[in-house]
Amino acid sequence: MTTDGDTTYRVVPVRHYGRWVAAAVIAVLAAMVVHTIFSKIPTGQVACSTTNGVRACHAVMEWRFGWDVVFQYFTSSLMLKGLVTTIELTLIAMFIGIVLGVLVAIMRLSPNRLLSIPAWIYTWFFRGTPVYVQLLFWFNFAALYRYIAVGVPFGSAHFFTFDTLNITAFIAAAIGLGLNEAAYMSEIARAGLISVDEGQVEAATALGMTRAQTLRLVILPQAMRVILPPTGNEVISMLKTTSLAASIGVIELTGAAQNIYASNYKIMDLLICASLWYVIMTTILSIGQYYIERHFGRGALRNQPLTPIERLRRDLKGIAGKMHTSRPGVVR
Amino acid sequence: MTEFMVDAKNIAKQYGNIEVLKGVNLQVKRGEVTCLIGPSGSGKSTLLRCINHLEKHDAGELFVDGELVGYQLKDNKLYERKSNEICQSRSEIGMVFQRFNLFAHLTVLDNITIGMVKVRGIAAEVAAERARELLRRVGLENKEKNYPSQLSGGQQQRVAIARALAMEPKLMLFDEPTSALDPELVGEVLDVMKDLANSGMTMIVVTHEMGFAREVADTVYFLDQGVIEESGDPQQVLTSPRSERLKGFLSKVL
Repeated sequence: MTTDGDTTYRVVPVRHYGRWVAAAVIAVLAAMVVHTIFSKIPTGQVACSTTNGVRACHAVMEWRFGWDVVFQYFTSSLMLKGLVTTIELTLIAMFIGIVLGVLVAIMRLSPNRLLSIPAWIYTWFFRGTPVYVQLLFWFNFAALYRYIAVGVPFGSAHFFTFDTLNITAFIAAAIGLGLNEAAYMSEIARAGLISVDEGQVEAATALGMTRAQTLRLVILPQAMRVILPPTGNEVISMLKTTSLAASIGVIELTGAAQNIYASNYKIMDLLICASLWYVIMTTILSIGQYYIERHFGRGALRNQPLTPIERLRRDLKGIAGKMHTSRPGVVR
Repeated sequence: MTEFMVDAKNIAKQYGNIEVLKGVNLQVKRGEVTCLIGPSGSGKSTLLRCINHLEKHDAGELFVDGELVGYQLKDNKLYERKSNEICQSRSEIGMVFQRFNLFAHLTVLDNITIGMVKVRGIAAEVAAERARELLRRVGLENKEKNYPSQLSGGQQQRVAIARALAMEPKLMLFDEPTSALDPELVGEVLDVMKDLANSGMTMIVVTHEMGFAREVADTVYFLDQGVIEESGDPQQVLTSPRSERLKGFLSKVL
């Protein structure tokens, strides 16, 4: 409503007819898809029974998406073991990736060429070869180096020897995924480190902080704001990339699903079952990512935006306020 | 103990082919306020940054509190000092920057205590108490929980001064402390600096505030193209300049 002098006019909003039609089409298509997902189809078999001398027959139906099978295996011990392995692999690989990645990024930014060039070569090599190939490479590492020993350089005395045949599929997957991740993490960390204003370093230096203190107390905490969002993506991506480990025989989530459908041929049902677990875990990770980003965003914005839960509470309060009083609700 | 807090003899500094400082002499007595004025690119900031070794000078001798900056003279050789020794001597010199450079991820209180706790090893509670005292001194006692982005430029610069004072410096360096401020906020920062000068702090101030220089400074140096053109008592230097360059400069800034 708008007032012009003493007269009051009604405001007529613009009608978006095109949008309405598009929305209707999408709504119908979505309804159809949902319907097929939760529909039953005939198996081709017929079941007959005789009641009071009357014989009745009907087609046997089953879920198109095999929901009964999906939930039968959803919490089976094989799938749960696979889930735990997936989580373990993700955590170990990301730990290697983040620690090594930050180290490579710091080396890359060093004024000393002997540090920066190896760091560049590392990133170049591990980004330049496929993860799948790298996993196979580490799994077959014994073909290149039968033993790894710590001793006198170029000498023959050894203090410690490791038999590379002891590299299991799980270790090969953890190393391969971690080293590959470190290459990507180093670029993410480097972007974060160079995003911090030069003045921050000067102020820290002028206070008498050492280079290590400046990095730890001033640069890294501020770089985190830039580093975290892509790192969250990397964790989510890693969770799914661990499925490649199935190819070298690690029984993680996908491997477990494969093992089960190899014996009962319910391929789609078990793939859906594994996918559900992946979706649940990535959802949890996304929520965690949101709150971690908020924590490291302190000081970057004048006022922190509300969390979705806080916003919901505020909106509910607004509605409740409107219901209790007949006055127009004020949203705080 | 020498008479001079800072004694710079024939300081030269080059960036690539550009000579920023061409043999500068500067002497600052204890408890005195020295202002460096001059057009941009004249080397004022570089000279200031040499004094706490943020920049390495290429030639000349630079003494702070009687000690050679960045080097040690032994057996007729200049040994470069180890980085922890340089950090130690830097921590005794306070510095205030044009762009404030407060640590954006820390609250006002943490900005002031971080140097005391991490560099000096003072207990956190003692440091916090001293920080609150300093905040009262710069008139910001109710802002300790704020982040720098929530403060005005003038408030940020006053926190930056408190942060530098927390280290109990023997010398304070100011690099154009009011140049990034809105005109109405300049006064509050200059007031804090005047108080500091009156308390007997030795200060070197790179500034374009000629009023401040005239009122507070004991000595004014005019730099132009890496050379000190004129220096002396502010009244004399600022009101009756001898060199043409200083006359030209003053006519532009006043």
